[in-house]
Amino acid sequence: MKQSFYERLGESVYRETLPNGLQIYVVPKPGYAKKYAFFATRYGGMDTRFCLNGQWLDTPAGIAHYLEHKMFDTKEGNALQELAKNGAEPNAFTSNAMTGYYFDSTDHFEENLEILLSFVSIPYFTEESVAKEQGIIGQEIRMVEDNPDWQIYVRMMRALYKNSTARTSIAGTVESISHITAETLYDCHKAFYTPSNMVLTVVGDVDPIHVVDLARRVLPREGGPVIPRDHGTEPPEVAEKETSLAMEVSCPQFLTGFKCKPAGETDYLRTAVIGDLACDILLGDSSPLYLRLYDEGLINTSFGGSFEMMPGVAYLYAGGDSKDARKVRGEILKEAERLVKEGIDEEFYQQVRKAAFGANLRGLNSFENIAVSLTEGYFNGYDPFRFPQVFDEVTKEDIQNFLRENITEEQCVLSEIVPR
Amino acid sequence: MEVTRKQLADGVYLTCLPARKFKTSLLSAQFVTPLAEETASAYALLPAVLRRGTVTYPDMGALAARLDKLYGARIDYTVRKKGESQCVGFVASFIDDSFVPGGERLLEPVAELLGELVCDPATERGRFVPAYFESEKTNLIDAIRSIINDKRDYADSRLLREMCAGEAYGIPRLGSEEDAERLQLRKLYAQYGKLIGASRLELFYSGSADRRRVEDALLSAFATLPRENIRETFPAQTHPARQEVLRVTEELDVTQGKLGMGFACRSDDTAALLMGNTLFGGSSNSKLFLNVREKLSLCYYASSLYHRQKGIITVSSGIEFENYQKAYDEIMAQLDAVRNGDLEDWELDGARSTLLNAYASMGDSQGKLENFYLGQAATGQSETPEELAEQVRNVTPERIFNAMKSVELDTVYFLRGKEEAE
Repeated sequence: MKQSFYERLGESVYRETLPNGLQIYVVPKPGYAKKYAFFATRYGGMDTRFCLNGQWLDTPAGIAHYLEHKMFDTKEGNALQELAKNGAEPNAFTSNAMTGYYFDSTDHFEENLEILLSFVSIPYFTEESVAKEQGIIGQEIRMVEDNPDWQIYVRMMRALYKNSTARTSIAGTVESISHITAETLYDCHKAFYTPSNMVLTVVGDVDPIHVVDLARRVLPREGGPVIPRDHGTEPPEVAEKETSLAMEVSCPQFLTGFKCKPAGETDYLRTAVIGDLACDILLGDSSPLYLRLYDEGLINTSFGGSFEMMPGVAYLYAGGDSKDARKVRGEILKEAERLVKEGIDEEFYQQVRKAAFGANLRGLNSFENIAVSLTEGYFNGYDPFRFPQVFDEVTKEDIQNFLRENITEEQCVLSEIVPR
Repeated sequence: MEVTRKQLADGVYLTCLPARKFKTSLLSAQFVTPLAEETASAYALLPAVLRRGTVTYPDMGALAARLDKLYGARIDYTVRKKGESQCVGFVASFIDDSFVPGGERLLEPVAELLGELVCDPATERGRFVPAYFESEKTNLIDAIRSIINDKRDYADSRLLREMCAGEAYGIPRLGSEEDAERLQLRKLYAQYGKLIGASRLELFYSGSADRRRVEDALLSAFATLPRENIRETFPAQTHPARQEVLRVTEELDVTQGKLGMGFACRSDDTAALLMGNTLFGGSSNSKLFLNVREKLSLCYYASSLYHRQKGIITVSSGIEFENYQKAYDEIMAQLDAVRNGDLEDWELDGARSTLLNAYASMGDSQGKLENFYLGQAATGQSETPEELAEQVRNVTPERIFNAMKSVELDTVYFLRGKEEAE
């Protein structure tokens, strides 16, 4: 087992790769009562088309999420109950590129970890139990369809992307999930829930050796083959410039998205840091643009932005409530142009870097955040705890180049929700 | 490390929550005042206006730059309802001194900024800057209106409004839209004087600095805080009994219905009610979750919440419109099951461990600690999470059944879709 100490963060990470290919991280957190385990597979809402045993399969939208729900069923009953009996708080989520199962508990940690590893690696469903889940997930889909934040985001993604499965809604639709059967779920589990496609991260005051031993004992001995996936070939241009929907909301909301150049295989963390800093400098809450728009009443505290990456795609987006979304979008484009032309003020740049460092450090208070970023790091080939070094390396010119390449009229879409 | 609460000045208390394990420190300054229709929206507006600028940092740009330079320190204004008190103020979070490059200290400058936000706001001719007032008033009205955007929150808030109409507990934390519309610049400045002069100030610190240093920093930061005729705070009043269950139905353009149910608890056995509620709908192992959701697939969520500081339980669920009666019957049936002790051992053990786990891990989150101790201070209670855990550990099944038998249905709120207009 390899141990690394990150002096600038005050954190240690133990790393081990089992013979079956499972990657394990343990981050000791002395002084905490809570222990947290996160078991994730590199399989999410985007992975609907893949090649299994030499054959390309097209699976229904929402299947990874559906599988997540059904994994809690066990031969004996339900793993949620098993964990909750021990006072653990279990849950799971499906994102575009990952499905993660987790719990935190203060007592019976190893017993709970064993439950987690077993129920995620042993599928148990019947046609009947699969059919029953359609009611629950159908309600979940209905619930998010009423949510303007969800609508505005999904519609923005559909405007940004023509072919990439980044445009697929993670939960699918009531229609798409009606095609899911026990057999397809077993196929997907077999393809993606192999130890070599998974990561286990434990954060808390635990003995790393016990964690590794337990994983070795409970999980299958063999890994699985690498599964080729097809996320669609995405052209550089956006799918549609504008999209608008009327809903029962109190005031108009918008998101404006910019289709960015995806990161290369070796510069994921660097691209993420540059994208985040560019976002802060362009429209963060201490930026000249933010302050001016706020003063003019064009935005309020709901305004915010972020830079995101998924397999094969990257985008910067920003939004909130506004009575004039087009004006805000225009001002963002103008500000990007100004920064490219006039350069970034040195004092402001240093100030934003300090703040971004603080925000990243603050993130290490959250066990979930630590586990998710280590897992994402593993799937994308980087070490997230190296962020202080990357902050040292990035320059103002990198930010300017990012803005020049990505924040342009052609790469921009607008998604709006307006009151009925 | 021990939690201490100490009076620093007339009506000013400091709760120190020492901890070394976090990357950040937390400082919080909260004014505690009775929740009342006449003042709720004014007091909700105040911290937002104060957050716009101080004498030294007169606008948002200057404040944001200052916070950036303090390594991304955050100072957020907060408006919270604790029992029948309204708590308004600021919560600051900043990286702990041990991680600041170059050995710079952040506690003192952050405390100073906090004190300035409260005591030295930017003003024009003896009142708040009109532009700040106007834009924050608009934001407040927007925030009140936007509750409708999240239908779950909206339904939960409507249920409380109906159930506790005429009681302080029914008042939303931000007050009402009509009251917010009527706020005036000149009057707000007078209300500001009253809030900071006459209400109790509760201060909280969590981090690695020793208590002496924290006290010194805060005493210096709040040296000019006016203090006169400090008003006491009170625990919430008991919810009055109702002759007949109140039933309210509302229609909005939604695809999913929301069923909310409010219950009055006529027992003061807090620990037994904590357990009873957890068994009923307070966890993913509860009767509501396992039956209404998992077994009958009637909804995506169905959960219950025990409002410890008011002595009521509310149920919140999202259902298909036509399942109203089925869901209603099932929720009542599950409540009966808890009352009649129709439980298996694992359910009891599970509920107990869920609560114990929550209390034990509270110390792992600075935000949760601050929120918990503020709630205690605002409602005149003094148990620590450890003491509450001890009470939960000792509750017998009989006490739970008895306490839950005192729980009576009070109000039913149903949000459904509009009939399609052809």
